[in-house]
Amino acid sequence: MVLETPNNYSVVVESRPSAIGEVCRQILSKLQGNSFSEDDIFAVHLALEEAFVNAVTHGNKMDPGKEVQIDYSVASDKIEIYITDQGEGFDPQQVPDPRVGENLYKPNGRGLLLINSYMDVVKFNERGNRVYLVRYKKKPELKTDTINGMNRGANNK
Amino acid sequence: MTAIKPKISVEYTGNATIVTFTDQKILEEKDIQALQESIMSVIESAGSGLNLILDFCNVRFLSSAVLGLLIRISKRVYQREGQLRLCNINPKIYEIFKITRLTKIFDIYKDLESATADLSEVS
Repeated sequence: MVLETPNNYSVVVESRPSAIGEVCRQILSKLQGNSFSEDDIFAVHLALEEAFVNAVTHGNKMDPGKEVQIDYSVASDKIEIYITDQGEGFDPQQVPDPRVGENLYKPNGRGLLLINSYMDVVKFNERGNRVYLVRYKKKPELKTDTINGMNRGANNK
Repeated sequence: MTAIKPKISVEYTGNATIVTFTDQKILEEKDIQALQESIMSVIESAGSGLNLILDFCNVRFLSSAVLGLLIRISKRVYQREGQLRLCNINPKIYEIFKITRLTKIFDIYKDLESATADLSEVS
C-alpha cells in the first residue's frame, strides 16, 4: 500500500528482510532525482537496509503476520525516513557497542552503529519501535544526536 | 577457475585459495547463507594451514550481515590453523570496516598481488 502526497510517501510492506528491495529502489531513485551525491545514496541505502532488517528481526521477530511501515520524504536538501515495526520496542541505550572487547568478534550487533554513523539524525520514539532518520545533502555543523556513545563515523563528511 | 552457486569463483594457486565474490551487492539473507555454505565448503575441503584470500573486487555494497559472515569464516579458518586475508575492498566498503573497527581483526590488503606476496607454499 502506498499513500502519496507530492513529497511524502508512506508504504507498508511485509515483514521479511528482502521486502525492502522495491521501496529502497524508489527512495534511491528519488535521491538521484534530487542530485544527492553517491556518498549520500550509499549512506541512505545502508541505513535503510540495516534499519529495516532490525525492524523485521528484532522488532517484529520474524513474525510473517506483522508489517513494517516506511514513511519518507525527499526534499532538495535532505531525506527524512520513519521506519515503524509492530514489535514491543527496545531501548537503544541498552545496545552494546560492537566495537569494544569481545563484541568485536561477535557476528552481529553492528546495524545500529552503522545507522548512527551514516545518518545525520537518528531518533527513536519512547517505545522504541519507530526510528526517525535524516540525511542532509549539506552536512550540519554539529551532530548532537548520539546513541550509546556512538557518534557518527568519519565517513564522507 | 570453478564457479560455485554463481556467488563466488574459486582459484587455487600454489600458496593460496582465492575466493572472489561475484555479486556487486551482497544483501539478501539467502545470498549470505549461500555464500556461507560455499565458502565453508572450500575451507572444509582444504587441509589445515589453508591460506584463504577473499577478493572483493566486484563488491560495491554490503550489509552488516556480511560482516557477520566474514567473522564466522575467519573463526573457522583460524580453527584450522589457516590464514585469512581480504583484498580489493572498495573505499566506501572499507569505511564500513573502519567504522566497525573490523580493520583491527582482519588482514586487509590493497590488491591481490600484495595479499599473496609473502604467503608460504601450502604443504
